[in-house]
Amino acid sequence: MNFFLLSLIKVGLVAAVLMTTLAYLQWVERKVIAHIQLRVGPSRVGPHGLLQPLADVIKLITKEDLIPAHVNKFFYLMAPILAVALALTSISVIPFGPQINVFGVETYMQLTDLNIGVLVLLAISGLSVYGIALAGWASNNKYALLGGLRASAQMISYELPLALAIASPLLLHNSLSLREIVNAQDGYYFGFLARWAIFQMPMPQIFAFILFMIGAFAETNRIPFDLPEAENELVAGFHTEYSSMKFAAFFMAEYANMITICALATILFLGGWHPPFPVELGSGYVPSAIFGMAAAIALFHGLNPARPKDRFTLPVFAIAFFGLAIAFAIPVLNSILLPLFWFASKTGFLLFLFIWVRGTLPRFRYDQLMRFAWAWLFPVSVVHLFATGLLVALYSN
Amino acid sequence: MIDEVIGSASAIAKGLSITLKEMLSPTVTEDYPDAPPKFQERFRGRHVLERDEYGLEKCVACFLCAAACPADCIYIAAEENTDRVRISGGERYASVYNIDYNRCIFCGYCVEACPTDAITHGHGFELAAYETSALILRKEQMLVPVPEGVKPPVIKEPAPAGH
Repeated sequence: MNFFLLSLIKVGLVAAVLMTTLAYLQWVERKVIAHIQLRVGPSRVGPHGLLQPLADVIKLITKEDLIPAHVNKFFYLMAPILAVALALTSISVIPFGPQINVFGVETYMQLTDLNIGVLVLLAISGLSVYGIALAGWASNNKYALLGGLRASAQMISYELPLALAIASPLLLHNSLSLREIVNAQDGYYFGFLARWAIFQMPMPQIFAFILFMIGAFAETNRIPFDLPEAENELVAGFHTEYSSMKFAAFFMAEYANMITICALATILFLGGWHPPFPVELGSGYVPSAIFGMAAAIALFHGLNPARPKDRFTLPVFAIAFFGLAIAFAIPVLNSILLPLFWFASKTGFLLFLFIWVRGTLPRFRYDQLMRFAWAWLFPVSVVHLFATGLLVALYSN
Repeated sequence: MIDEVIGSASAIAKGLSITLKEMLSPTVTEDYPDAPPKFQERFRGRHVLERDEYGLEKCVACFLCAAACPADCIYIAAEENTDRVRISGGERYASVYNIDYNRCIFCGYCVEACPTDAITHGHGFELAAYETSALILRKEQMLVPVPEGVKPPVIKEPAPAGH
């Protein structure tokens, strides 16, 4: 098939899925945080608040698009565009699955495979601090400026341990192409233990994974590292002066960065789309079992409703889950759906971890944040990198 | 240093386990517009005028509630019970009993003052109205219905013509 047409279709698919995930990640976050605090969360717009993202989008678009008189207009308008454009660009090098065959067309489940994919991701995430720093400076507002300053200092500090944590699995995989990295994690030890980077010999990368996740929290400005937008000190930090779609752009950028960094963690450390145990032990039936179980739980709660509306909505969810369970049992679709399932479930778990931590931990103080990065995280990741290098060198001889 | 790291890690793990446990426990949110809210028994809502076991009104028009009311929102007009027209168990009954909810502060003094426990606080709270005149409730709006299986009290009949 024509290369351009194929690329166009893939770009459209990825963009649509990414945008939907962005919108619904917010819904999931609000629901999870609500349930942590024994609340229900969004529940008025649509069944279980499922239309809430749509309502939010409509609200954000129709809000007054205000440009304060005292801002530097050019940079003020450039900052949100920069932030969201960079955040959405980085998804293009992420591989979601292996080579597949759709209606006789062979293609990779990835927009483009660069042989320096990891570097591209690091470069883009390094650039994305410009969007925030620029927003803080161009707003010509004390709180925004402080937020922008904090963001640049924090993101540059945490970029180092993050990059070092990425470097150690690269020593194992011996490649910078994200697809090669995932392929290097194929196979199993003793027939059941996956060769994911966090288990891989000679140096299991579990510590690098933890360091990476800590860096990722700081890099995406999430709690406990959300100093740039610490609302009880800085109003809203760098986006204090932004309204309407310009605010939504920063919002989207934050969530897109979260998705990208979780996908990157999945690829580097959790074996991408490879299942946690081999197909011979029945990993192919896991999705069907999970969705079947979800259907059963939804049906049970639908028959014993806690709220009157649940009697109608939960059985519908049960049917949807049951349909998914059947879809995963069809052998023809398996080759496409199974890798996607494993990739999405690992990334989804990491995203859930982000939200879970947000509901648990308080915010750092600024000096604690900086000391943690430079006096603890950075030395530990350097030592870890050297240890990995040493073991890999000894092992390969 | 190692102790500190392990200590902090276990503290974070403990925190995460607590939030996970809370996440899986049932919510406490009331489903108000879709389901009736739950109240404490002592909640002071819209007043309810009670009846006794014979279906007669408990209010004997003693004016103690009106006297106790700091907001001066209770208006009562008393009338004598007769053999033909018996509305309450006492000597007199309230032919008019209005409470002005523009003024009522729900302090509960009227309920405390009532010697026959005729006026009580119900759990009604949806009192919003589009005009202030709708907030003045009459006796008929606050009176509990005649209990099941009780002969209704004598209804006040209009005086026959010519008298």
